[in-house]
Amino acid sequence: MAVPKLQQLSKSVVQGPSLATGAIPTRDWMDIPVVFKSGNYAYPAKKEKVEYLNKQSGLHFPNAREWSPEDEDWKLPEGWQEIILKGLKERLEKFRSLKIFMDCCVRCGACADKCHFFLGTGDPKNMPVLRAELLRSVYRNDFTLAGKILGKMAGAREMTVAVLKEWFMYSYQCTECRRCSVFCPYGIDTAEITMMLRELLHLVGVGINWILEPASNSNRTGNHMGLQPHTFKDNVEFLVDDVENLTGVKPNISFNRKGAEILFITPSADVFAEPGLYTAMGYLILFEAIGLDYTWSTYASEGGNFGLFTNNETMKKLNAKMYAEAKRLGVKYIIGGECGHMWRVVHQYMDTMNGPADFLEIPKSPITGTVFDNAASTKMVHISEFTADLIKNGKIKLDKSRNSHVKATFHDSCNTARAMGLLEEPRYILDHVVDWVEMPENTIREQTFCCGSGTGLNTDEIMELRMRSGLPRANAVKYVHEKHGVNMLSTVCAIDRATLTSLMNYWNPGVGVCGLSELVANAIVQEGETRGELDEGLRTML
Amino acid sequence: MKYAFSFLAVIALILIAWLGSQIPGMPYLFGVALPYLAMMIFLGGCVYKVVQWAKSPVPFPIQTTCGQGKSLDFIKHDRLEAPSTNAEVVARMFLEIVTFRSLFRNTKSEIHDGPQITYESSKWLWVFALIFHYSFLSIVVRHMRLFLDPVPAWIGWWEFIDGIFEVGAPGWYISDVGLVVGCLLLFSRRLITRHVRYISLMNDYFPLVLIFTIAVTGILMRYVLRTDIDIVNIKHLTVGLVSLSPTIGAKIGSIFFIHVFLVCVLLAYFPFSKLMHFAGVFLSPTRNLKNNSRAVRHENPWNPRILPHSYAGYEDEFREFMVDAGIPVEKELSPAKDE
Repeated sequence: MAVPKLQQLSKSVVQGPSLATGAIPTRDWMDIPVVFKSGNYAYPAKKEKVEYLNKQSGLHFPNAREWSPEDEDWKLPEGWQEIILKGLKERLEKFRSLKIFMDCCVRCGACADKCHFFLGTGDPKNMPVLRAELLRSVYRNDFTLAGKILGKMAGAREMTVAVLKEWFMYSYQCTECRRCSVFCPYGIDTAEITMMLRELLHLVGVGINWILEPASNSNRTGNHMGLQPHTFKDNVEFLVDDVENLTGVKPNISFNRKGAEILFITPSADVFAEPGLYTAMGYLILFEAIGLDYTWSTYASEGGNFGLFTNNETMKKLNAKMYAEAKRLGVKYIIGGECGHMWRVVHQYMDTMNGPADFLEIPKSPITGTVFDNAASTKMVHISEFTADLIKNGKIKLDKSRNSHVKATFHDSCNTARAMGLLEEPRYILDHVVDWVEMPENTIREQTFCCGSGTGLNTDEIMELRMRSGLPRANAVKYVHEKHGVNMLSTVCAIDRATLTSLMNYWNPGVGVCGLSELVANAIVQEGETRGELDEGLRTML
Repeated sequence: MKYAFSFLAVIALILIAWLGSQIPGMPYLFGVALPYLAMMIFLGGCVYKVVQWAKSPVPFPIQTTCGQGKSLDFIKHDRLEAPSTNAEVVARMFLEIVTFRSLFRNTKSEIHDGPQITYESSKWLWVFALIFHYSFLSIVVRHMRLFLDPVPAWIGWWEFIDGIFEVGAPGWYISDVGLVVGCLLLFSRRLITRHVRYISLMNDYFPLVLIFTIAVTGILMRYVLRTDIDIVNIKHLTVGLVSLSPTIGAKIGSIFFIHVFLVCVLLAYFPFSKLMHFAGVFLSPTRNLKNNSRAVRHENPWNPRILPHSYAGYEDEFREFMVDAGIPVEKELSPAKDE
């Protein structure tokens, strides 16, 4: 998709007629229909992917077909309205959050300008409050007394095809980042709303390919890239060779090894493409340096979970591989790599969905002896927690000067920040391995801005949208880039590593993106190394 | 339009009460029957709503962490923003409900040429909300005087503090001014702030106009139309309502019936409206859960039985490749058929 020139978009976000910049729409939002045109929607899921998922036990993905959002007729199934309303009723009974969030909003507007999609597009329906009203209006109409009596006057409306199309448009212009829920006086979390909208849409066969194809890949091959076991192994072995060439130390690795102490799971993107590759090399170097007894798995070769972006059943099914594999291999516990939404699933869903993991042990670092009580039940430790503990106990030798080519800043990934509270560990690590500065305070920690392409929206056909929704993040990076000469945006999220790279190339050329473990490994001094001057750390071309 | 309609609705309500209460026999309806009915709807409705909410489980621990979670010993845990014990959650909820902490965080974003996005602290909504809610609370507390006989001493102290400035005769209460001003500020904000105006529904304007009018009629009774009402008769009636033996004296005054009728409308409207946020905030899962979900398992009562795509199935599909690549397998390759 053609992406507008930087200058064009820079002007458009400031001067374009939008609610964010001052133009007030003259018509009520309910009277403005959505218009799909090339570039403003992600491609619908391929028929065969939907069919494949529908065949999996425990999953329900009906109405596989060829269709396009641009078509007038979306080929919805017979009785689709009842399906949606029944689905909504069922979800109201299953999720207290949904009921509370439907009933309690007072439309105070505190959330409005907290959304990166709203700031970047100025589209009123991207204000979290209106995104929720898209669903709330239907809820009022069919599930509340006031809505049934007063109808439109009480903000109620019928479920129509136009409403459904609106749901599709705006539930895929939300990355479930939860920034709005920090500011909401009732903690209303738009991620919950978006999840429900997406679940409901799947009931009538409306979903996007960039999510359902990775979901089906994850199910079949174990990772969302669709890498088969031998390819996955090859990819990691390439990285082993690279590491050996750079440092002179060859990391010892194994796959699907029974009896290993620890199972290591990271997003498959880390072994597939730059700059994630350097992060994966970072893990290899770190684990080699401390002599960790661990194994990779090709069956559970995906940390990320595209089910989170789909529905809770798919999330559970994909996530279940982690414990299943840990049990099969007989490991003691699991260490998870750097990923945002993976950690939302691990921290807030995994144990509930697929636990109790009573066949595992409470994680204890074999190097420092530290017991990770905070993971006593789930038995899965974040790589940053693990690394911070190593550093604190002086178990790895670090030479900060090996990162002297880097001036870093740190991007908190939405999920680790707002669905986990992992804020200080990465900072503690950064302090020990690199010279770095914080971005402005309203854009970090619990107020961090999404990369703009999370929840399966990092697809190229919506590049303009992505560049717009990523603007708040890019803008904060630009600030430290200009003020402090920052040239590296570090993060603990695989989606970030992919999407922020596009975002930086567009808004802030000259700023790279890296995983935290890459910076750690850059600085690690290993025994027996024959490392030359690596001007660009692990990225140095030999 | 939406706000104009709210005004019309409230004017209509005033007329109903004013004209209705003039009709002989009707004061009993406005002074006794409707208050009982409204109170029943309010209590019954609120209980019903809360029970309805509580009937739905909280399947997943979805706390929104607004600070550092509890992890390693040397990492400072933000106990208020990412609570992990009951006591910490109670502290977080208490501050949220009493000081509107989330609103205190509010910022205002602006996009300037460059493009450059700026964020500045914006406390107006927080201030307006505090003025409104605390004035409302204070007025409700002071009204307890009407329903209790003898009047407890602490209500006297409360009134003393509320009227501490001793302006005018009878002395003005801070909360009376606060409620009127609070309503005006919140209403103006809805009209003036462009995005808030765009999202506002009639359901947002109506309660503000209604509460404003209730406040004004109350103020009129206390400070202006004192001679039109008979406070002794009113106290008789209100204490009678509470003791379930209400009597209506001869001369109570229309303004009182208007005031009471509007309060009745508010009470009856309450459980079916966004005003239920007063109860909902206690139940919000992003705020009232513990961020200890990795340390303690959270149960989902409807957890469906869904198994992963099995390892056996996976190995069956890829066994050949795995063996070739030297990846350990559970079942060796079956010997080729032609051998």
